Formats: sequence, C-alpha cells, structure tokens
Amino acid sequence: MLSVIYAILFYVATAILVVGVGMKIRSYARSPAPLKIPTTPAPTTVSGVYLRMFREIVFFESLFKANKWIWLFGWTFHMSMWLVLARHLRYFTQPVWDWVVFIQPYGTYAGFAMVAGLLGLWARRFLVERIRYISAPSDHLMLALMVAIGGSGLLMRFVARPDILMVKNYMLGLMRLRIEQLPSDPILLVHLGLVATLMIIFPISKLLHAPGVFFSPTRNQVDNPREKRHLAPWAAKLEK
Amino acid sequence: MAASTSESDDIRKMAHPLEIPRLKCGAMEGLAPFKASPEHQEKLGFPGELVPDWKEKALAKMKELGEKNRAFQVYLDTCVKCGACTDKCHYFLGTGDPKNMPVARQDLLRSVYRRYFTFAGKYFPKLVGARDLTEDVLNEWYSYYHQCSECRRCSVFCPYGIDTAEITMAARDIMDHIGIGMKYSNEIIGKVHDIGNNLGLNAKALRATLEDLEEDLEDETGISVRIPVDEKGADILLITPSADFFAEPHIDGLLGYAKVFHEAGVSWTVSSYASEAANFGLFIGSYEQMREISLRIRKAAQDLGVKRIVFGECGHAWRVGYSFLNTLAGPFDFLDQNYPIPQHIMEFTWDEIQKGTLNIDKSRNDHIRLTYHDSCNVARASRMGDEPGGQFEIPRNVIKAVCNHYFEMDRETTKESTLCCGGGGGLLTDDLMDLRKKGASPRMTAVQQVTEDHGVTHMAAICAICKTQFSKIMPAFGYEMDSIVSVHQLVSNAIILTGQVIDDDEDKSDE
Ligand code: SF4
Ligand code: SF4
Repeated sequence: MLSVIYAILFYVATAILVVGVGMKIRSYARSPAPLKIPTTPAPTTVSGVYLRMFREIVFFESLFKANKWIWLFGWTFHMSMWLVLARHLRYFTQPVWDWVVFIQPYGTYAGFAMVAGLLGLWARRFLVERIRYISAPSDHLMLALMVAIGGSGLLMRFVARPDILMVKNYMLGLMRLRIEQLPSDPILLVHLGLVATLMIIFPISKLLHAPGVFFSPTRNQVDNPREKRHLAPWAAKLEK
Repeated sequence: MAASTSESDDIRKMAHPLEIPRLKCGAMEGLAPFKASPEHQEKLGFPGELVPDWKEKALAKMKELGEKNRAFQVYLDTCVKCGACTDKCHYFLGTGDPKNMPVARQDLLRSVYRRYFTFAGKYFPKLVGARDLTEDVLNEWYSYYHQCSECRRCSVFCPYGIDTAEITMAARDIMDHIGIGMKYSNEIIGKVHDIGNNLGLNAKALRATLEDLEEDLEDETGISVRIPVDEKGADILLITPSADFFAEPHIDGLLGYAKVFHEAGVSWTVSSYASEAANFGLFIGSYEQMREISLRIRKAAQDLGVKRIVFGECGHAWRVGYSFLNTLAGPFDFLDQNYPIPQHIMEFTWDEIQKGTLNIDKSRNDHIRLTYHDSCNVARASRMGDEPGGQFEIPRNVIKAVCNHYFEMDRETTKESTLCCGGGGGLLTDDLMDLRKKGASPRMTAVQQVTEDHGVTHMAAICAICKTQFSKIMPAFGYEMDSIVSVHQLVSNAIILTGQVIDDDEDKSDE
C-alpha cells in the first residue's frame, strides 16, 4: 500500500517538476530581452559569456564579491548538495557508474557540509537585521525543508540504516514503471516525502533561480551593441 | 508629500563610505517627487490622471511587461532573498530605510506580481509575502521607486545579476500607464519632443549661446575656435547634454571638446534639432519614449550629412548611446563604418592624445589635486574602446595625460563598484533634495577620505547629472561648489592651441 502511495507521489512530483520547470523555461525563452543590458565590464564574445556564466555557476563569483559569509554558506551548501545528489545516483543505476562509486565517501561527508551550510544561511535569517527584514515565512520553510531532507538522510546513513538494497530495487522499479516493495522505515518515508515535496514546489518557488540564472540578461548578454544590432521582434514592428 | 528641503543637516556621518546603518523603518516614507500635470502626461501619450480602473490597467501592464521583457519575469522569479544586495545601495547606506535595500525595493513590486501571477501567491499569499494591489501599495511604489537612481550597483553583486534598475523602470512605466507620472522627467521629455533639448533652448538661443562661447574662447586664447551649429556636411555630429551649453562646470567641458576638435583638425557641428544627449525615456522605463528621442539623433545625422556621431560627457546618455542607439535608431549604415558608432568624446580625445596631435602642458592643472568619480551608467552599463573595462581606463588615461596630481578613491567605491552621485535616474530635482544629500553621503565620505589622505581638492566626472548634483551637494560636505570639474575642462586647461601665446602671469590664475 505504502509502496503504491509513494510511487504515485513520485510520478506526480516528477511530472510537476518537469512540466512546471519546462513551462517556466519556455516562458523565459519566449520573452525577448529588448535591449542590451549586460552589467559591464562584460565579455565581448560568446565564449567570454560562457566563461562568465561558468564562473557564476561554479564559483558564485558575484556573491563572493558581495558578501563572504553568504558566499561561504551558500557555496558550501550548493556544492555539497551536488556531491550528495551525485552520490544518490547509485540508487538509480545498475551497474553503478565508476565515478559514482568513486565519490561515495565524499558524498557521504558532504551531507554534513550541506546541512552546516544550510544552518549557516538560516542563522543569518535570524541574526542579521537586514536579512531578517527581507525574509518571508516561505524562506524559513524552504530552509527547514532542506535541513530536514539533509538531516533525515544523514540519520539513515549513520544511525538507522534502512534496507538499501530494497530501496534501490524500488527506485529501479519506478524507473521501469514497476512498483516494487518499499521498506517502511519511518525516516526513509519522511526523507522521500520531503524530497517529493521539494520537487513539487520547485516550479512555483524561488528554486526557479536554478533555471533563471541562465536567462539573466545582465549576465548572459555579449557586450557588442555597437558592432551588432540587437532587436526584439516586438520592437522591430515599431519600425514598420 | 514633497521633500523636506530643510537645511537641518541630518546627513549621516559615516566612518567609512560603505558603513552599514542600523535599519530605520519608515525613515524615508512618504518622500515623493511632484507628480506630472495632466498636460505633461498626455503629451507623452499617458493618461492625464489616475484612471478609474487603474488596478486592472496596472495588472495588464505587468502582464505585458512579462511578455515583452525577459528581465522583468526572470528577476521577479529568481530572487532567493540571500541578502547579498542589501547593503549595496547608496540610498540605503545614506538613509537606513530598509525599503531602500535593493531586494526590498524589488519586493514592493514582486509582492504584487506574486499575488496575481503566481500559484503560490494566489493561494498562499501570507506564506510568500504576496499582497493585493491597493492605493497604499501604489503610494509606496511612487515613493520608493523614486528613491532609486537606476545605478545598477546592486546588479553587480547579485548572484543572478538581478538589476533593481529594471524593476524600477518597469514600476515607473506601469505608473505612467495608469496616469501617475513624475513631473521632473515627464516635463523634460515633453520639452525634448517640442524643442530638442531638456532645457527648452530653441535654435536661436542655442546659436547665440554658442557664439558667445566662441567669443570667450577667442578672448581667452587669442585663437578662433569654432563651436558650429547645424553645419551641413560636417564630419562629426556632436551629441552632448544641453547642460553643456549653459551650466557650470559643464560648459568648460564643452570648451574642451571644441579645443580638441580644433586641434585634431576635424569639422564638426552640434544640431539644434538633436541638441540633447540626455534621454529621460530611460529613466521612466519607456522603450517608446527612448526610441523617439533617439530617432532625433538619427534624423539630425541624416539631415546634416555627417559621417560620424560623437557623444559628449553624460552618463546615462552614454548608456543609451553606446548600448541602445543601434537598437533604437539603427542601423547606421549611412555613417563611416571605420569609426565606432557612436563614439565617446573620451575615446576621441584619447586617440588624439596617443597620436600626439594635442600640445599639452600638464602643469596648467597643478593647482588641482584630483580624484575621479566613475559615473554609474558609464561604469556598469557601457564601454569605451575595444576592451571590457575601457570605460574605466580611457577616462583615467586622459586625466593622467593632462593632470599631474591624481588620486584614486577607495577601490570598493570605484569602477564597477562605483557609488552613484545620488541624483541619477531622474531624481535630480529640488523636491528630492533630502534624498539627494543622503544618497550622496557614501560617495562624499570616500571623497573626504582622499582629501584627508592626499589633500584632494577637486573631483572630475563625465556625467552632466553627476556634475550638477555634486555642485549642489559638495558645499554641504565642506567643499566649494566648483570642486567638481569636467574631464574635458582639465583637458581644456592643459591644451595649448596651435599658435596660442601663453603669458606666464595668466598661467597660474585661471581655472
Ligand atoms: S542579491 Fe539578488 S538574489 Fe540575493 S536578495 Fe538581492 S536580489 Fe535577491
Ligand atoms: S539600482 Fe542603484 S539606486 Fe536602485 S536599488 Fe540598485 S543600488 Fe539602489
């Protein structure tokens, strides 16, 4: 019974995530940037823009310039999260890819760094007056959700291990549209339930910053307005 | 509703230009510039006063902006409230009002966008900080979206490049479309449509003014240096802010351009039809207004048959010139493609200095110990030369070529991190004087630092707004009004024209 409920939950969550984010991306891609507005100094070539984007996404360059504490917590959290996510690939692949095997130990400990980063960010929402002012309840809830996901994951890894083989079997089954038996450890159920929740709220929350950053005109535009005429389709109509 | 222009000096004393204040909730509440009269609104095609169905109209405009401008949508969606921008705005630093923190300023509009256009805001408004669009919200918009100079300092530091200036422009555009416009900007735009410049200086008056300046130049130098108007067939059309024709220290900059053109041996002209570089269409976030004003430049260039367009010293004008002119009024296939279109006067002068056409005596600026204020639109929204960052290097190169005593301000307040003068973005009006003073205090604190450390006496800028703002503001910080100078004023001081006889007495005295 549980297995079926969670299966439905994950199918629905995945559908909402994919369709929701897909629709947002389509909407971003469809609305033109009518003017050249890169924050300068900006790269004058396309490859330069790729490099700028790379530095933003991998190193959080602008954030680093802005505030070292937020950078430290934010960067630690995000990079650890990628490691943790990569580590989780082993529940979805058979045989497990070599590089995923390789990062297992790092991914495990990254779990701690991830939660630490989140707690750091959360502490700032209470301790720094300016950030307390701009925080809405949803900002706190989002952090609570992520901390709970990370915390329950760590608990399973280090304290109350569920039957991992069964979990993996269940996940592989879901990917093949088959419903296998899901272990009924409460922590596992909480962990999975929160992850599904996160997937569902992704397209309607600030988590849209993930696709959004790629569409930010101040970062992704080439600084070449004198050399190349930039014209939005709706603006071209004004010239008729 | 108007600003208190009381002279009571509640300007914050800052230990450091970027010192973060304690939050002072409501400190700038209710401060708002005068509203545009129906006549001025209608001239720009906006409703004369608040329309009865303003709420529906505002929401419809918001929807339209989402479809027409990617930045609007992406920036309203992606902010994670990380807080990195919270201490980056000079108006926040100067006033302590939390609604002047960039993210909080965005939130004034984002909260409404969420309420009407997002799932979370429609069903869980409290949770995500969404709110209904009410008259109070509208008043708050009018107040705080006129406490942003669209300087983009916040966008430098945001991990997603969220540019509050884009949100401010959108908000002003929405307000214009429901009948609430700002007097200062909208009245000025109307003058440009009617007469061709912000001042309402007609062709005759312009010609007379420039003739007077030619005479002054001849008296001063003994050489006839021309400042031509509407001269058909000239090579270069100079587009310069109209303040250059009458305000101090702007005029001295204009004289500098004239001397450089003269020595370079090029023919040039200003146009009485497009006698304005400033384009306040940018400030009110109106693509259409910006385009109409820009098209005057195209028409003038075609009518006069020039080969090149050169822009004078003006910050936001250079943003529109460099970044948008090709989009708004291009393509410029009728101009000489061997030169940048348009070119900045600073690029022109630096080329001439490198070619060695100018005879420069740096010691003629020895009475000045100088620092340089990067104007925000030049620094963060444009470029000069071929390399990124040329907008920082080229003006400094020119300055160092004409000036012996040059000192940089705190690096956290220069180049891409420069602090706004406090009067940009359409806020250069007396009804906002209180805000202008407070917003200038971070920059002025940085100036005071170099004065203490290096005995700096003057600051140069290449923006008409900065120059006007500083000549008003600097006295409140213990400087002379004329402590703010044009870069081309320094060039003008240092150039010795071909055939000009320098007698040593006059050498030291004039400035
Ligand atoms: S820095 Fe950017 S993402 Fe962070 S709070 Fe400011 S606008 Fe939002
Ligand atoms: S654009 Fe400039 S004035 Fe406006 S919020 Fe950002 S930093 Fe402040």
